[in-house]
Amino acid sequence: MTTTSTIESPQEARTPAGAVQDEPAPLNTEHLAAMRRERILAWVMPLATMALAILGWEWWVRANDIPHYLIPAPSRVAETLWTDGPSLLQSAWFTVKLTFFSLLLAVVGGVLLGALFALSRSVEMSLFPFAVILQVTPVVAIAPLILIYVANTFVALLICAWIVAFFPILSNTVIGLRSADHNLRDLFTLYRATPWQRLRYLLAPSALPYFMAALKVAGGLALIGAVVAEFVAGATGQNTGLASRIIEASFRNEIPRMFAALVLVSLLGVAIFLLTTLASKLVLGHWHESEIKRET
Amino acid sequence: MNQPLIRMDRVRKEFGRSVVAVDNMSLTIEKGDFISFLGPSGCGKSTALRMIAGLLPVTAGTIDIKPPEAGEQAEQDLGFVFQEPTLMPWARVFDNVWLPLRLAGVGRNRARERVEQALREVGLSKFERAYPRELSGGMKMRVSIARAMVTRPRILLMDEPFAALDEMTRMKLNNDVVRLSAEHGLTVVFVTHSVFESVYLSNRIVVMAARPGRVAEELQVGAPWPRGDDFRTSQTYADECRRVSAELKETLHDDDIDH
Ligand SMILES: Nc1ncnc2c1ncn2[C@@H]1O[C@H](COP(=O)(O)OP(=O)(O)OP(=O)(O)O)[C@@H](O)[C@H]1O
Ligand SMILES: [Mg+2]
Repeated sequence: MTTTSTIESPQEARTPAGAVQDEPAPLNTEHLAAMRRERILAWVMPLATMALAILGWEWWVRANDIPHYLIPAPSRVAETLWTDGPSLLQSAWFTVKLTFFSLLLAVVGGVLLGALFALSRSVEMSLFPFAVILQVTPVVAIAPLILIYVANTFVALLICAWIVAFFPILSNTVIGLRSADHNLRDLFTLYRATPWQRLRYLLAPSALPYFMAALKVAGGLALIGAVVAEFVAGATGQNTGLASRIIEASFRNEIPRMFAALVLVSLLGVAIFLLTTLASKLVLGHWHESEIKRET
Repeated sequence: MNQPLIRMDRVRKEFGRSVVAVDNMSLTIEKGDFISFLGPSGCGKSTALRMIAGLLPVTAGTIDIKPPEAGEQAEQDLGFVFQEPTLMPWARVFDNVWLPLRLAGVGRNRARERVEQALREVGLSKFERAYPRELSGGMKMRVSIARAMVTRPRILLMDEPFAALDEMTRMKLNNDVVRLSAEHGLTVVFVTHSVFESVYLSNRIVVMAARPGRVAEELQVGAPWPRGDDFRTSQTYADECRRVSAELKETLHDDDIDH
């Protein structure tokens, strides 16, 4: 309990004999400065090392006269990004759509099936092997079959990417829904909560940290799935993604263009990582240990 | 006709085939009683309490709780306070205390007055909007008590609620529990390891022994109500503590010889 002591009479306000009139103690400026430094370093360090690596690469290519059809300098890649921008961006947009929809379907499917598993042991026991088989079979091995059976290329690619992203969501949702504190479960039993109330007020919030962790993983996996599937499909033509641009460029020995497409894929991956991290902060920031900033 | 509030009749609880957690436990608890279950770790205190709450099925025997009379209706007859505060970390203090009413279909606005009153009674009015992690251990326990009280139960079951708290906080909370139980005419079953706590709080102490868990004996605490800090420093309190300690030692000593 907090108790606030208020000074009620001048008697009590008098400082004890011998004590110096209190001034506020000096601030621990060292600690404050260290904290500020840390905050700045958290941004500066990664950016600085990145810039340094790029500069080193540029210098190394120029100094050794490496031909651009072997390893292009970063400036050359940037130039290609600029000139080929429109066509590459169109492909990037295709990959973004593919990644996003497969992630969306993975979330919907994983959460629904996970909830079903958590509600019923027998459903879990009968269906879980299928989920595991889907997970352990490499997507490159199934992709050709899917491409044969599914006429629409986009849908076929979507299925491939979905397979990769689905499992982490499913398994973490199941674990998360089972992770609720057992005393809280008893409390809900005591107060005769309906299954729906239990799911909504207890199981779902308990599962949220697990789900957000899975989302971070699945976001990256969806992108990998989308790119790998497209490689397997070897799709060409207008309406295709960044993987196809990389394959084309490699056939034509356009190394700078390959790099440019690669940069876009990486940027996409980074964007997904940042977005899922931000989402996790927003959802869990006010209560879960993993996202709480500790005051030191 | 004059049915006791809670009657346990030859209750037995087995876990698996070999563990007998509670054996042949018979007990009657009257309205207004403050009963302590006192005994060493593993003697089945929690198990007995959870069976009374209906959270565990009995293996044999019966537990009867007298149904509430007209005018005694509450959303929930039983309040339960666990050893840990057991709050929902994602919910604010208000929402944690609201939970029992919410589960009974009482909306936020209709519940507001009662939630606020429950928080006021444990001295936490100002912390409605705090998250559990922002509270000290003692404050969390108070929230837990407020949550148990918000349905205005007739019976309060507490499983070593203050075991993890420091002595000062524990004394304060003991006073709170005494006050709340008197004000609301509660019947309390209180599980504890501590002789001092059980003497301070209860009018009857049920001493339990282990392997198998059973009632070793029942003691009356001969001290008047209401009890406060005066009682804690009184000669009566010291005498009763000494007597209960001696009885407990004897019981547990017999136990050692038996096994
Ligand atoms: N769910 C369970 N499954 C198996 N055995 C159990 C279970 N719960 C309790 N037991 C056993 O029953 C016995 C009594 O346990 P209980 O928790 O009731 O003891 P307790 O008196 O509350 O102890 P403590 O003071 O340490 O909390 C113990 O031997 C314990 O191992
Ligand atoms: Mg216990």
